[in-house]
Amino acid sequence: MADAKLEAIARACRVQIIRMLTHAGSGHPGGSLSVIDILTTIVFGRLRHDPQRPDWADRDRIVLSKGHAVPALYTTLARAGYFPESQLITLRKLGSPLQGHPDRVALPGIEAATGSLGQGLSIALGMALGLKLAGSPARVYCILGDGEVQEGQVWEAAMSAPKLGQPQHPVDNLTVIVDYNKIQLDDFVAKILDLEPLVAKWQAFGWPVQEIDGHDLAQIDKALDQAEANRGRPSLIVAHTVKGKGVSFMENNPEWHGKSPKPEEAVAAIREILGVSEAAWPDYLKTDATTCALVDELRALDKK
Amino acid sequence: MAAKASRAAFGEALLELAARDPRIVTLDADLSKSTMTAKFAKTYPERGFNLGIAESNMVGVGAGLALTGKIPFVCSFACFVAGRFETIRISVAYTNANVKIVGTHAGIAIGEDGYSQMGLEDIAGLRALPNVTIIQPADELETKQAVAYAVEHQGPVYLRLTRQNLEPVCPADYRFQLGRWLTLRPGTDVTLIASGGPVFNALEAARKLEADGISAEVINAASIKPLDEDTLVRSASKTKHVVTVEDHSIHGGLGGAVAETLAEVLPTPLKRLGVTGFGESGDPKGLYAKHGLDPGGLASSVKKFLNR
Repeated sequence: MADAKLEAIARACRVQIIRMLTHAGSGHPGGSLSVIDILTTIVFGRLRHDPQRPDWADRDRIVLSKGHAVPALYTTLARAGYFPESQLITLRKLGSPLQGHPDRVALPGIEAATGSLGQGLSIALGMALGLKLAGSPARVYCILGDGEVQEGQVWEAAMSAPKLGQPQHPVDNLTVIVDYNKIQLDDFVAKILDLEPLVAKWQAFGWPVQEIDGHDLAQIDKALDQAEANRGRPSLIVAHTVKGKGVSFMENNPEWHGKSPKPEEAVAAIREILGVSEAAWPDYLKTDATTCALVDELRALDKK
Repeated sequence: MAAKASRAAFGEALLELAARDPRIVTLDADLSKSTMTAKFAKTYPERGFNLGIAESNMVGVGAGLALTGKIPFVCSFACFVAGRFETIRISVAYTNANVKIVGTHAGIAIGEDGYSQMGLEDIAGLRALPNVTIIQPADELETKQAVAYAVEHQGPVYLRLTRQNLEPVCPADYRFQLGRWLTLRPGTDVTLIASGGPVFNALEAARKLEADGISAEVINAASIKPLDEDTLVRSASKTKHVVTVEDHSIHGGLGGAVAETLAEVLPTPLKRLGVTGFGESGDPKGLYAKHGLDPGGLASSVKKFLNR
């Protein structure tokens, strides 16, 4: 898919992330906005899947180990056709399959329950091995948060993955991406527990590592190509990202790790995501009925 | 049948079942010689995986394998594997992954290695998790049937096994059923509900009690979650006195499960026998005597409970 089209999808997903978090009144915008370009590139650029058959044995799988960024995944799943986009605003509401963190049993399209950090890579590794044993061509994509990499289980899995299944069934069908947005809940990662030298650590564990700009769709796609071409070992991509990417007041601000925007903040965020200046905004809304309706929808939340 | 450890019976059963079910795989954390899966891994080198001393990753890899249609048996000492509670909680239970968790070396009966190697709180933790079924067989026959059942069961199973040899207690025509207990010996004065390693001692205790004029009903409770409420209530309403016997903490294990059910359904005087506090190093017989899990200790606890 051409980059322009993917960029448009990523932009639309960002708008939906802001929308659903505003409705929910809680959630994690920063990490959702940092990971959405990666997810968009995977889901709409290369994932072999069928929303009509979520249990298709040979489907590619995404394990979002940083489960708190699940709003980003929900926007891509909805757009891909797993459930209607109108359902997005049920996020975190009683009875909704769109749980605050991914629930595999509740929502087709979710491959693993995550959110208790550090567990997703092990699950993805088991999936990759199982697919190899079955002779399946399917791939597994696992997305880790940077703060999450502080968990010990991640390193158990990191040590195991390049060796597991060797020599007949190496898990070279596994691509792991670290969403390196440099911020965790309490503060900057470097202040809490610095991961550096991150690339050298993974390399020492036997992983081929690529470093990319995690908001450059062409770079993401190229890195995913290279990971797929690597034989005999799983691959790691360290994606340098910006927490809250696309919304100036959220970018690089630890405060927006786990707080949802108020309706007026959401409107400002959506305007920025769409690339419209404050001065041009009133006129813009007259030309974009969908966004205009969305703005009304969000402002109405204030009156509730 | 001669006495055999349930871990040994498990290893044999798995080998047999794996010959006709290619979905079965084993995962170990450097204890395959102790969990008795080593022979499986040698026979099926592409299906036996040693993950190293990294139990959390082992549990998670098991979940991933299950999600691609394999039936992974994830094995270690009961304390080590059940100790990865948070990983079991999310990657296995909440995901409802079809993982069979096998905890061997249950209880103080492992003896000399001491407390750090003894599974004593494993049932208490895992019993709280939705979707997780818990089975603790009492002899070779029951173990082999429980393993076969675990393969057929859809969803997480925790199988709790012993290091020590177990005397046969189940009749030759016994068939394991989930949620069904087996009455090994009928009685009228007191109900002894035992599970796993100490079941044989509970039977021996009943024989001693009989000599003292006390008629003890002995029930083998292999199915700990779900427990057999019908059999529990039927026996408790007959004897009016219930004693639980287990090589596990008296908090949250079989005794805890029975206490919860009786308190709600049929409040009945209850005595929980098992381990209190930590275990320690020692010879297994001496440890059972110290903790009152030998036949004599069980019999005297029952008499005291009955004021006889």
